[in-house]
Amino acid sequence: MHVESSVRTKLITNVNEYTQITDDIARPIEAAPNKQWMFWTIVSAIVMTMGFALIGWTLWEGIGVWGLNTEVGWGFDITNFVFWVGIGHAGTLISAVLLLFRQTWRNSINRSAEAMTIFAVLCAAIFPTIHAGRVWDLIYFGPLPNTRGTLWDNFNSPLMWDVFAISTYLTVSLVFWYLGMIPDFATLRDRFKRQGKTTASNVYGIASFGWEGSARNWSRFEIISLILAGLCTPLVLSVHSIVSMDFATSVVPGWHTTIFPPYFVAGAIFSGFGMVQTLLVIMRKVYKLENYITIEHMENMAKIVLATGSIVGLAYSTEFFIAWYSGSFFERYVFINRAFGDYWWAYFAMFSCNVITPQLYWSKAIRQNMTVTFILSIFVNIGMWFERFVIIVTSLHHDFLPARWANYTPTFVEIGIFIGTFGLFFTCFFLFSKFLPTINMFEVKTLLHHPRKPKGIPNGVKDDSHSHH
Amino acid sequence: MKSNLIVAKFWNPDTMMDALADIHHKGVPVYDCYTPFPVHGIEAYMDIKRTRLSIASFVFGCMGLIAALLLMAGTYSHLYNLDWWGLDFISWPMDIGGKPSLAWVDFVPIAFELTVLFAAHGMVITFFIVAKYYPGKEAKLLDDRQTDDVFVVAIDGDKIKSEKEGDLMEVLRNHGAFDVSKTA
Repeated sequence: MHVESSVRTKLITNVNEYTQITDDIARPIEAAPNKQWMFWTIVSAIVMTMGFALIGWTLWEGIGVWGLNTEVGWGFDITNFVFWVGIGHAGTLISAVLLLFRQTWRNSINRSAEAMTIFAVLCAAIFPTIHAGRVWDLIYFGPLPNTRGTLWDNFNSPLMWDVFAISTYLTVSLVFWYLGMIPDFATLRDRFKRQGKTTASNVYGIASFGWEGSARNWSRFEIISLILAGLCTPLVLSVHSIVSMDFATSVVPGWHTTIFPPYFVAGAIFSGFGMVQTLLVIMRKVYKLENYITIEHMENMAKIVLATGSIVGLAYSTEFFIAWYSGSFFERYVFINRAFGDYWWAYFAMFSCNVITPQLYWSKAIRQNMTVTFILSIFVNIGMWFERFVIIVTSLHHDFLPARWANYTPTFVEIGIFIGTFGLFFTCFFLFSKFLPTINMFEVKTLLHHPRKPKGIPNGVKDDSHSHH
Repeated sequence: MKSNLIVAKFWNPDTMMDALADIHHKGVPVYDCYTPFPVHGIEAYMDIKRTRLSIASFVFGCMGLIAALLLMAGTYSHLYNLDWWGLDFISWPMDIGGKPSLAWVDFVPIAFELTVLFAAHGMVITFFIVAKYYPGKEAKLLDDRQTDDVFVVAIDGDKIKSEKEGDLMEVLRNHGAFDVSKTA
C-alpha cells in the first residue's frame, strides 16, 4: 500500500489516471514519424555510415592511416573507448544503484538512461577492436584452444580483464534493460490489439514473451530485478576500475597511480549524467514528457553532476599534490608538462569544463534553467573527452628517452571514426525513442496515488479507497 | 489458463487489496491476480513464498567463479601438477619477465566478472523457464486492459462450494469490483 508523506513533491505532475500514463508514453510510438525525426535520424545514419566507411578504410590500409606514432601509440582510439564506456555508467547508476537506494525519481529516467548505456558501450567496443588492427584475429581474445603455438590469453593483463569486463557489462545491461521492457511490451501489445492494429500488436507480442502481469510473476520479476541491480552495482564499479587499470598497472609516469579506479568511476558517472542531461533536455521537450521528467528530475541530475564534478576536481588536485609530494622528479615533470606543456589547451579545456563550469549548478535558478543545463551538459561531455585525451597523450608524448619525444595529431580518419560513433549512438537513440517505450510505464504507474476512475467503468461502483488516506 | 474461475475486476489497486485482505481472512484461496504493475503486499494474501531465484543466482555465480578460476589456473596447470584435473587442454604457461605465474591477485577481476556474468544470465534464463515465458508466447488474458489500468483477481471456482459462490461474488462487488463474473 502507498505510504508516502503528502508534503513530498510529486514525482509526476498532472497525471490522474493509469491509462493516461500509457497514452502519454505510447503516443510517440503510435504517431506517424514526423519530418524532424526523419531528418535527424537520416543525418545520424549518414554520419554513422561515414564512420563505418572510415573503419573499412582503416582495416583495408591498416592503422597507418591514423596519426599514431611509436611514441604516442594510444590516441583517439583509446580516448574514445574510455569516453564512451564512461558515458554508459550513468545508465547503470540510475537503473541499479538508485534502485537499491529506493530512489523512486529514477523511475521516469531509467529506461532512456539504460538505452544510452547500451548504445554507448556499443560505440566503446568499436575502438579497442579496430585499434587491434587485424580484427579477424580477435577471436583469440576468447579462451579458445588452438593449434597456433603460444597463443593463449594472458590473464595477468588488464587489457584481457577489459575484454571480460566490457562483454559482461554489455550483455548484463542488455538483459536488465530488456527484462524491464517486457511488461511495457505487453501493455503496448494489448493496447494495439484494442485499437485493431494487429501487426503492431503481434510485433510487440513476440517481444513481450507472453507477459500477463500475474502476481506470481511480478513477485519473481521484482526479486530478480533487485538481484540484477545488486549484481550491476559492483559490476559498474568494476568495469571502470578495470578500464583505469589499463593505465594504473603500467609504469608510465602520470598513469602509475593508485587514485585511478575511484577517480575514473567518479569521472564516468559525471560524464554519463552529462550525457543523460543532454538527451533528456531534448527528449522531454520533443515528446512532451515534462509531466514525467520534471524540473525536479533535471535538478537531481544537476546535483549529481555538481557532486561528481567536484570529486573529479579533487582528484585532479590530489594528483598534482602527490606529484609534488612524492619528490619524484619525473612524476613532477609529467604533471607540469600536462598543464603547461604542448597540450596545455587540452588540460585547460578539461579543467574548465569539468571543474569550473559545473560549479554554476550551486544556483537553483541555473539548475532549473533547461537552456543553461543543456549548454553545461555539452561542456561536461567535452571536458570528459579531454580528460581522457590529456591522461593518455600527455603521459605518452614525452617518455623516458627525450630523443624519442613526439607530438600526436589525429588524421581525418580518426576524427571521422569518432564523429561516426556519434552517428551510431544517435541513430540507435532516435530509433529507440520512436519504437520503444522511452519511459518505464509500469514503474511510473506505481508513483500515481489516488487514481481517477477510468472511462468505461459503470456508475454506482463502490470505491472507498480514499477513506484510508 | 485454468477453466472455471471467478473473476473480479477493480480499477483501484487499494480497493483490490482490501478485497483480497477480506477474502483471505475468510479463507478463500486466490488463484492469481493480474495487475498492470507490481502491487506490494499482495504476496501475503495469495500465500506466495519468496522465489528461490536468488538461490539459483547464487549457484550460477558459484559456477561462474569456479569456471573462471579453473580457466585461469588451468593455464598453469602443468607447472603446479594440476593437469590430472583434465585441464591440460588449456595449459599454456607463459613466462613474462619471470613474474610469478599463479599470481592470484591478477585473477580477481576476471573471476568477479565471470561470477556476475553467470549469476545474471543464469538467473534470468531460469526465470523465463519457471515463468514459462518465451518469445512469441501467446498471453492468456482475463481482461484486455489488465496490462494497462485494470486489476484482476481470479479465484478458483473448483475450490469454492457452489452455494457460497453467490456470497463471494457479492463480497467482491461490495469491495468495489466493477465487474464480477465466472469463466467457462
